[in-house]
Amino acid sequence: MADPQGSNNTPLKHTPLDALHLSLGAKMVPFAGYNMPVQYPLGVLKEHVHTRTLAGLFDVSHMGQGELSGAGVDAALEALVPGDLKALKPGQIRYTVLLNDEGGILDDLMVTRPAEAGKENTLYLVVNAACKDQDFAHIAAKLKGKAALVRHEDAALLAIQGPSAAKVLARFIPAAASMPFMTSRTDTFEGVPVRLFRSGYTGEDGYEISIPAAKSEQVARKLLAETEVEAIGLGARDSLRLEAGLCLYGNDIDTVTTPVEAGLSWVIGKRRREEGGFPGADKILRQLKDGASKKRVGIQPLGKAPARAHTEIQDTNGNKIGEITSGGFGPSVNAPVAMGYVDSKFAAIGTKVNLMVRGQALPAEVAKLPFAPHRYNKT
Amino acid sequence: MSLRFTKDHEWIKVDGKIGTVGITQYAQAQLGDIVFVEVPAAGRALKAGGEAAVVESVKAASEVYTPVSGTVKEGNANLPDAPQTVNEDPQGAGWFFKVELSDPGELDGLMDQAAYDKYIAELSA
Repeated sequence: MADPQGSNNTPLKHTPLDALHLSLGAKMVPFAGYNMPVQYPLGVLKEHVHTRTLAGLFDVSHMGQGELSGAGVDAALEALVPGDLKALKPGQIRYTVLLNDEGGILDDLMVTRPAEAGKENTLYLVVNAACKDQDFAHIAAKLKGKAALVRHEDAALLAIQGPSAAKVLARFIPAAASMPFMTSRTDTFEGVPVRLFRSGYTGEDGYEISIPAAKSEQVARKLLAETEVEAIGLGARDSLRLEAGLCLYGNDIDTVTTPVEAGLSWVIGKRRREEGGFPGADKILRQLKDGASKKRVGIQPLGKAPARAHTEIQDTNGNKIGEITSGGFGPSVNAPVAMGYVDSKFAAIGTKVNLMVRGQALPAEVAKLPFAPHRYNKT
Repeated sequence: MSLRFTKDHEWIKVDGKIGTVGITQYAQAQLGDIVFVEVPAAGRALKAGGEAAVVESVKAASEVYTPVSGTVKEGNANLPDAPQTVNEDPQGAGWFFKVELSDPGELDGLMDQAAYDKYIAELSA
């Protein structure tokens, strides 16, 4: 049998919850330079289903956190992203992308205007683990003299996700329950100062919680002690976000995909469409008007075989029309699911395509995303 | 005869000229939840060490190699609809295929249970 895991000799970094993962019996793997739990004894399938049924707790402390501050911080960061940050009210979160000069995506990130008084000229950033060093270097260099960046390397990040997440967290932080989707506030968790974000990466309701590293294990253990909560590894995190149609940076979006091609045109604010002024604006605004030549779509294999990233997508005449960028088995859908890029002529829902898996053309069709409906707390 | 093992974590149990092949307990534990299995069709000619079947866990696809050369007599028809059988009973109901051996001498190159146990103990160390 072929070795499913590669080996890696690079010294790995550890999150503040490393000891907790080991005590829970996690299987640890290298991910983005960190030693991370890919699964716990429950296993990926049950962890996935548990998150959609009750609540799952994820260690996402490998992600990059930082604060950008300055009198003109909104305008400064708007020079690097297409989102309307000036419209961001205190306590609101916005999903956006860092762009290069060709309109390609350097990373996707969450930008929050903190709710607390005195933070009007601050934006809280959460970026991907694998990109964080280059993201923060890019932001610091481009915004030198306009905004100051402080990284929060002493902060852990937990995510609690699932239909019971709000009920569980409210036992410790009553005000958490009434937070709308994509809002943020600070509070305390049994005396520990925390920053809450009602957001996530599973398609479920839930929160991300920034916690001082030294206090993160005690908070995690308190949440895990609640009957609804199980620890969830990166394996289920990936299948949950894939079913939810959410992009994984490096797979589904990268420096040679634009937000329009990626189906993320909604991140480009209305005012920004009129004014431009973000990297690659010429290309992106032209694509908004005329359409892009390729498009990210959902792909539903019609048989049982999963189609993994880099699987070739063909039309029914055998011509290559694109490639799978994320694919696997969807435990909640109970079928294989995938997403990828196809020539825009083939992007309509229901278009028949073939996936080249182990030399065979397997039938599939372009499918509506998400595969599992989003269940956010939108009021 | 008793079980023989490959370094790629397949097992084979031979009865007369027919060998039954699967993946080991160690292999299923390493793979995690198995969600897809493809077994070879009867009549397919196999060469020792060649790809014979496919097993996919939630995270990854792996090939299953045949420990011996020969002709496939039967693929386990239950596995495509119940791939989790490989997790539940890898060295029993989770068998992949039966093969008619063309060169029983190939078995001499495989590990016995004691050698395989020592091999996986070293892998886990």
